[in-house]
Amino acid sequence: MQEHLIFRFDVDGEDFTSAGQASVHVKKNLRQIGIDPETIRRVSIAMYEGEINMVIHAGGGVAEVHVYDEYIEIILDDRGPGISDIDKAMQEGYSTASDNIRSLGFGAGMGLPNMKKNTDKLDIFSTVGVGTKIVMRVNYKN
Amino acid sequence: MNVQELIKVADLNIVTLPSPEREVEGAYIGDLLSWVMGRACENNAWITIMSNSNIVAVATLADVSCIILAEGVTPDEGVTETAESKGVNILSSPKSAYEIAKALFKSGL
Repeated sequence: MQEHLIFRFDVDGEDFTSAGQASVHVKKNLRQIGIDPETIRRVSIAMYEGEINMVIHAGGGVAEVHVYDEYIEIILDDRGPGISDIDKAMQEGYSTASDNIRSLGFGAGMGLPNMKKNTDKLDIFSTVGVGTKIVMRVNYKN
Repeated sequence: MNVQELIKVADLNIVTLPSPEREVEGAYIGDLLSWVMGRACENNAWITIMSNSNIVAVATLADVSCIILAEGVTPDEGVTETAESKGVNILSSPKSAYEIAKALFKSGL
């Protein structure tokens, strides 16, 4: 197996105020290793949405970013309630977030759509009552 | 135009200004964070009434040049310090988002 760079983060499900920290770290790390800005932006946005989802819906989880020669892969794994209707969750504007969450500026129903928009491949593996695993791939520009 | 210059011409207040030299190109107005993440462009000035610490992460990830808090909104506790440590400029104004946007437009943005 070819060696590649991996960034791994535990996403704290309790702390809303620090939500997004893993994504901010990844952005900084990718910048340091010289990834092109457009790819960094897409990875950051997709990962932030995933990270926020884990905090809002799943009580946290684990986020991994794998940097391969051809693409970047983001893997988000949680033991939350799972997504019962993935097609519905993919629709812009659909959200199950509480009013409290919405008052913080989240819950616009743009999370999964933003993740799809900013990645070249998005796979969602979710089982109600067990958890959700999301695998996203972002190809480098050109 | 950079953020420092924008403050003068658009009559904005400084909350924290760790990166005064950041270039400003255009503006984006919005309070829904996912919307801002997905639509705001690099180096935009971001006008919002959101005041919690998540605005700092969004500003960092979307690469906006500054956050402008409208309607006299003040940042929640700890937000200013976080922004300062992350190099995120926060400005404020008692004016509405519309009035601020008008001032930015008039200043040549």
